[in-house]
Amino acid sequence: MNQNSLLQISNLHAEVEGQAILKGIDLTIKAGEVHAIMGPNASGKSTLAHVLAGRPGFEVTQGEIYYQGNDLLSLTTEERARKGLFLAFQYPVEIPGVSNVYLLKAAMNAVRKERGQQELDAMDFLELIRMRMAELGISSELLYRNVNEGFSGGEKKRNEILQMSVLEPQLAILDEIDSGLDIDALKVVANGVNTLRSSERAIVIVTHYQRLLNYIKPDYVHVLSLGRIIKSGGPELAEVLEEKGYGWISQVDDIHHSSSGEIG
Amino acid sequence: MSAIKPKIEELISQEYPAGFVTDIESDTLPPGLNEDVIRTISAKKNEPHFLTEWRLDAFRHWQKMTLPHWAHIKYPAIDFQAISYFSAPKKQKQPESLDDVDPELLRTYEKLGIPLEEQKLLAGVAVDAVFDSVSVATTFKDKLAEMGIIFCSFSEAVLKHTELVQRYLGSVVSNRDNFYAALNAAVFSDGSFVYVPKRVRCPMELSTYFRINAALTGQFERTLIIAEERSYVSYLEGCTAPMRDENQLHAAVVELVALDDAQIKYSTVQNWYPGDAEGRGGIYNFVTKRGLCKGNNAKISWTQVETGSAITWKYPSCILKGDNSVGEFYSVALTNNYQQADTGTKMIHVGKNTRSTIISKGISAAQGQNAYRGLVQIHQRADNARNYTQCDSLLIGDRCGAHTFPYIEVRNSTAKVEHEASTSKIGEDQLFYCQQRGLSQEDAVSMIVNGFCKQVFKELPMEFAVEAQKLLGVSLEGSVG
Repeated sequence: MNQNSLLQISNLHAEVEGQAILKGIDLTIKAGEVHAIMGPNASGKSTLAHVLAGRPGFEVTQGEIYYQGNDLLSLTTEERARKGLFLAFQYPVEIPGVSNVYLLKAAMNAVRKERGQQELDAMDFLELIRMRMAELGISSELLYRNVNEGFSGGEKKRNEILQMSVLEPQLAILDEIDSGLDIDALKVVANGVNTLRSSERAIVIVTHYQRLLNYIKPDYVHVLSLGRIIKSGGPELAEVLEEKGYGWISQVDDIHHSSSGEIG
Repeated sequence: MSAIKPKIEELISQEYPAGFVTDIESDTLPPGLNEDVIRTISAKKNEPHFLTEWRLDAFRHWQKMTLPHWAHIKYPAIDFQAISYFSAPKKQKQPESLDDVDPELLRTYEKLGIPLEEQKLLAGVAVDAVFDSVSVATTFKDKLAEMGIIFCSFSEAVLKHTELVQRYLGSVVSNRDNFYAALNAAVFSDGSFVYVPKRVRCPMELSTYFRINAALTGQFERTLIIAEERSYVSYLEGCTAPMRDENQLHAAVVELVALDDAQIKYSTVQNWYPGDAEGRGGIYNFVTKRGLCKGNNAKISWTQVETGSAITWKYPSCILKGDNSVGEFYSVALTNNYQQADTGTKMIHVGKNTRSTIISKGISAAQGQNAYRGLVQIHQRADNARNYTQCDSLLIGDRCGAHTFPYIEVRNSTAKVEHEASTSKIGEDQLFYCQQRGLSQEDAVSMIVNGFCKQVFKELPMEFAVEAQKLLGVSLEGSVG
């Protein structure tokens, strides 16, 4: 395997409830890169994101994933999280009676412990949170509300970005972070993601639409269809997609299928 | 402090005097229950005549009663003639050190963060005379006495405050009230007594935990709390740590009396041995708890966290007799493995403008069965009575059960009664979300469950609330995955 890569996926097959969704994904991501994974509905984008995070019920049937040089599939969900793999959810779940700040603190301390850092005391923790919230333009009132309970779509997504900025992941996977956002909320979220770009960190943006990529410029764009990456390229690929739609890719896909069969 | 010292020694020596064992032998009555047994119990405790007669009346009535079968619980028949009803003061063999105590129990104590000396006490290991709580308790007691507050064992109250006991005993839960209450009235061993005089606000939480001898009394406890006009008292019962106890049947009675403008807050954390993972052993807990808001503007609040016992049968209730009186019931009941709980409350609205609130949170895991049973009764003269009931159930896994049996009886058209109920399952989505943020599965379950119970926990005194949260986590260990 490539020593420089942060994440290396080889020939990944996965199924959900007995149905094959991913049918041979190959993808290598290095620290500092931003990758966009695009594709029509039911192409397997979200499944890929959840397989990486270790969601129960998403079963890997073939292939390998290496993360930070270790076998990712042998790690539990929480171990992956503590090693810096972060998934921003498309539909963040509500947890009644649990305050946002409580979850954030528990999460941050779990990650800090893994890194051999001391737990932050309440004062330092709040100071850090308030700083991050100010950067992201989130009102501090959000801290004391129950996790995602009664949050607007925009608040939920911003809350995901807040968690990401506090947990400082090495690999951040954003699953349709743009869905359900109006243009102003989209800008705030994109801005939040951009401030987190660094040479230490890789970001994977899973999206249906090209419009998010107007605000977050990816280094690479991959198009997923029927469980395979059928095309990869630079940011210009997203623009072509915007212009021609996924139909154009489907044709490419068909051609690929008829000429070369299985794509490795 | 020297005056206190003999007291400490007295307390300690009740448990472990050398050569005491033979005394105990002769002091234990053979199993079985009849009028002679009751007379003997009463005589050994030097009780006044009225109490002996009261016990006998209860017994005669009890003999005609049948076991209640309406609760949603199953258990083998209890042979009441096989129980020994008097064993003073403690017959069980005590471990000599923590090395002799079940390591599983010690592991639980550790998780709850209980100091070593307290662990010994809870596990029934001999404790040193220099034990913090004892001296603290005695100091507290002196301070309370200065304010006229009486806080002592029930037996002591019977002898020293006979008039008060005679006036209030059985005034809320009569000696014929129900099967288990009648049994308790006939044979009760000891318990707690609290009296708060007019206009006195009790400055600290009264806790059986500080009354060490009471913490070790068992089977048939009886508690009586009287709050005079404009007084306030908060009482804590139990302890988060699982106590070692060899009596399988527990039938306690608690009576509360609140006079005009008085307020009683009664908090319980019950964590008796629940039986093992296969459902063997465990305490049967049949409790009658009732409070009487006797005066106008009186208030009684019950808060309970029930995580222990194989069977819990318990309905802390309020009779809202005084006008404008208020009753509250906040409950968390958790059943894991083969535990069964049938618990709830009765709010009896008699006076005008009376209000009651019921918040019940039931959590079931593994094969646990959890039932809420509640009665809201609005009497004819109870104008403008109000009740709000919220009953939530949380299921963990797919083999457990939650049941809700609300009874509402309204005889006054100005009443407002609201009932809300919900049942939910700990979602895989919630667990995955928390684990994706780095929390272990156990921590995630504990966090979600504590969130579910927040409304009740915030009613508990601070330290109790913190302990209760930890307790839920420990009680649910291994229930997921």
